[in-house]
Amino acid sequence: MSRPRFAQRTTFTATVLLGSVLTLAACSSPGGTAPTSKSASTSSSSFAGGAPSCGTAPVALSTYIETGFPVPKDLSDEFTKQYPNVTFNIREDQFAVITQNAPRVLVDDPPDLMRLPQVSELAKDGLLLNLDPYAKAFGWDKWPASQLEQMRVNSSGGRGDGSLYAMGLNFSMTGVFYNKELAAKFGMTSAPTTLAELDADLKKAKEAGLTPAAQFNGGATGGLAFPLQGLMAAYGDASAINSWIYQKPGATIDTATNTQAAEHLKSWIDAGYFASDINSIDYATMMSRFIDGKSVFIFNGDWESGTLDAKMAGNAGFFLMPPATAGGKFGAMSAPLTYGISAKAKHPDCAAFFLNWVATNDKARTIDVQVGGSHPMGPADAFMPSIDASTVTAQTLAAGAQIGADNGAMDFIANATGAIYAKSWTPNLQKMDAGQLDAKGLLSAVQGDYQSEIGG
Amino acid sequence: MHKRSTVIQGRREEDAVARFTTESRRRALSARRLRRGGLALALVAPAALAYVVFVIRPIVMTVQYSFYEWNGVTPSTWVGLANYVELFHNPELSGSIVHAFELIIFFSFVPVALGLFTANAIRGFATSRLAVVSRTVLFLPQIIPLVAAGIMWSWQMSTDGLVNQVLRLLGLGRVGRAWLGDFNTALPAVGVIGAWVLFGLCMLLLLAGMTKIDPALYEAARVDGAGPFREFFAITLPSLRQEIVVCLTVTVIAALASFDIVYIATQGGPGNSTLVPGLEIYYLAFFQREVGMASALAVALMVLVLAVVVPLQLINREGKS
Repeated sequence: MSRPRFAQRTTFTATVLLGSVLTLAACSSPGGTAPTSKSASTSSSSFAGGAPSCGTAPVALSTYIETGFPVPKDLSDEFTKQYPNVTFNIREDQFAVITQNAPRVLVDDPPDLMRLPQVSELAKDGLLLNLDPYAKAFGWDKWPASQLEQMRVNSSGGRGDGSLYAMGLNFSMTGVFYNKELAAKFGMTSAPTTLAELDADLKKAKEAGLTPAAQFNGGATGGLAFPLQGLMAAYGDASAINSWIYQKPGATIDTATNTQAAEHLKSWIDAGYFASDINSIDYATMMSRFIDGKSVFIFNGDWESGTLDAKMAGNAGFFLMPPATAGGKFGAMSAPLTYGISAKAKHPDCAAFFLNWVATNDKARTIDVQVGGSHPMGPADAFMPSIDASTVTAQTLAAGAQIGADNGAMDFIANATGAIYAKSWTPNLQKMDAGQLDAKGLLSAVQGDYQSEIGG
Repeated sequence: MHKRSTVIQGRREEDAVARFTTESRRRALSARRLRRGGLALALVAPAALAYVVFVIRPIVMTVQYSFYEWNGVTPSTWVGLANYVELFHNPELSGSIVHAFELIIFFSFVPVALGLFTANAIRGFATSRLAVVSRTVLFLPQIIPLVAAGIMWSWQMSTDGLVNQVLRLLGLGRVGRAWLGDFNTALPAVGVIGAWVLFGLCMLLLLAGMTKIDPALYEAARVDGAGPFREFFAITLPSLRQEIVVCLTVTVIAALASFDIVYIATQGGPGNSTLVPGLEIYYLAFFQREVGMASALAVALMVLVLAVVVPLQLINREGKS
């Protein structure tokens, strides 16, 4: 007698629970309400009739930056000094956190300025302010076009051309750092100018009992992508790699020259030029080993120039990945330190004014170079602070000029899609290091993941 | 005849009276029950509401999301069971589930076996100060945040970490390697971290269970000439059935739903060799922005956990009856 009644009651309770849950969940499809399409005109037309500025009334720019890098803070402090009515409400997070939360933050808590991962999906979803009106008002469109190329998104969601959706605080570039003292031990006195010379230097370092390169490649950070992309530019054409990154129709990473590059990388792995434990080395470990003199070379970017000048003054050198043939063109990964304005930002004019100030103000450009170690954005003939020629910062800036001359700037192959780095390059490069994949296998695996991601 | 009818009549009257009284008693009872029930419901309501809003609702919504293709921001598309079909066809996704089952060995079997052994040993000198000290020391990993444990162990297992230093001291330097960076050892190495964390919990639970066992049983066994092994297998082990099932339940869930240790120690690397469903759900939802696919994997994981844990509970219930 008690059983059925119990069962009855349970059924009743379950029905009530389920009913209330369904009411609460409001059974509509998720994300049902499309984000109110706030077109560029509503926000940016506010400066119609004059140049965009921060005005004179107090403005608090809400700013979302990447933690661990002093440049944005130093820039905002200097800006407040020059424009006392503007203050910054700064929120900091690690880049990975920013990447994960970018869409939600841009919708729910729209910042005026925000550090961004690659912008194509965010722009496509209408979350970022179209900066074209500002580019026109400030004359950004007269700068070297390659500076802004990576932040342009066209109407079909492809990158590389179309409207501007973000700006850089500066732009950074990758190549090879080396420890001069250790290099002198095996007779390397100048930077290699061809790939064959670099091969010889790596070999000599290995024979001298040193670790040629303790490149990070552990966890979810496939750092072998740095030398790989350098080699791709050494063998092939930078623009073809950009087409792939920008998701141009028909673009593939699995090309003949890229296969040569991957095979070259594989030959370095097989020769033992990388530390035996790179699959467990994270970025911070790589930096500490290099600074402690436990690695002759590292493949990294000029965002470390300032740090290396401070921590191994006079002992760090830099060169671009040399071309496969003497006299060939140089190529390097080069990307702006991307900042965007939310489509729902409260102070878009002031944010844009700040971005323009960073690129054109002498003091701001000095901070960019001295604190950040990277090249400022802006016109080619703009002011450059003087720097000691013996520093590695001077060398990376000079290398930047070389890349500009050779038109060899590429975006990072890790930026092709949102997940290609963590879910494809990294595991496949780790497999290659462990001898489970060859050059061809690496490229076809990545191309497969790329297609399934952009096709879906 | 007349007499009989009177008797019958009388019986009927009695019946009626009886019926009347039971009827009224039933009514009174049900009224009281209703009053009491109303009060009980009122008391339960806040907790039930919280449970519905924060537990049931998210689960229902996850199930709902799993039928859509959705990037978390823009409008979604209904895809039916496509996400579940993909689960079975994508080797990366199904591989992560296999890894989770491999972790059960380290997260469940090792801690329970070691816990039994240690608890039995500690029981031997239960009253001494050594028992208190060893119990505390062995339980300590349980109060360390998993993230801290993960960081600590990733140092110990690095190329120049403690593990390799000890191996070198023992002349086994050749065996040494970057344990978390090697395809063959990364998953077991992550498992060891889990075993280290969960061992203390199992030991304490089992030790508590052992104190409940009637000492007379052991005395009787000893009188019958049983040795320590016989005592362990004939008395200790069967008496601990419930505690062992609790340990297994908790640790199996920890293994199947593992996230923090793996995320800190390897992030699924090298080459997906330590990818587990928890991590995959996170990658899908926050990197690939495939909320529907992530939800489908989450639902599958929930079903899987239930499929393993419910039979365990049934074993426990049978044991009780």
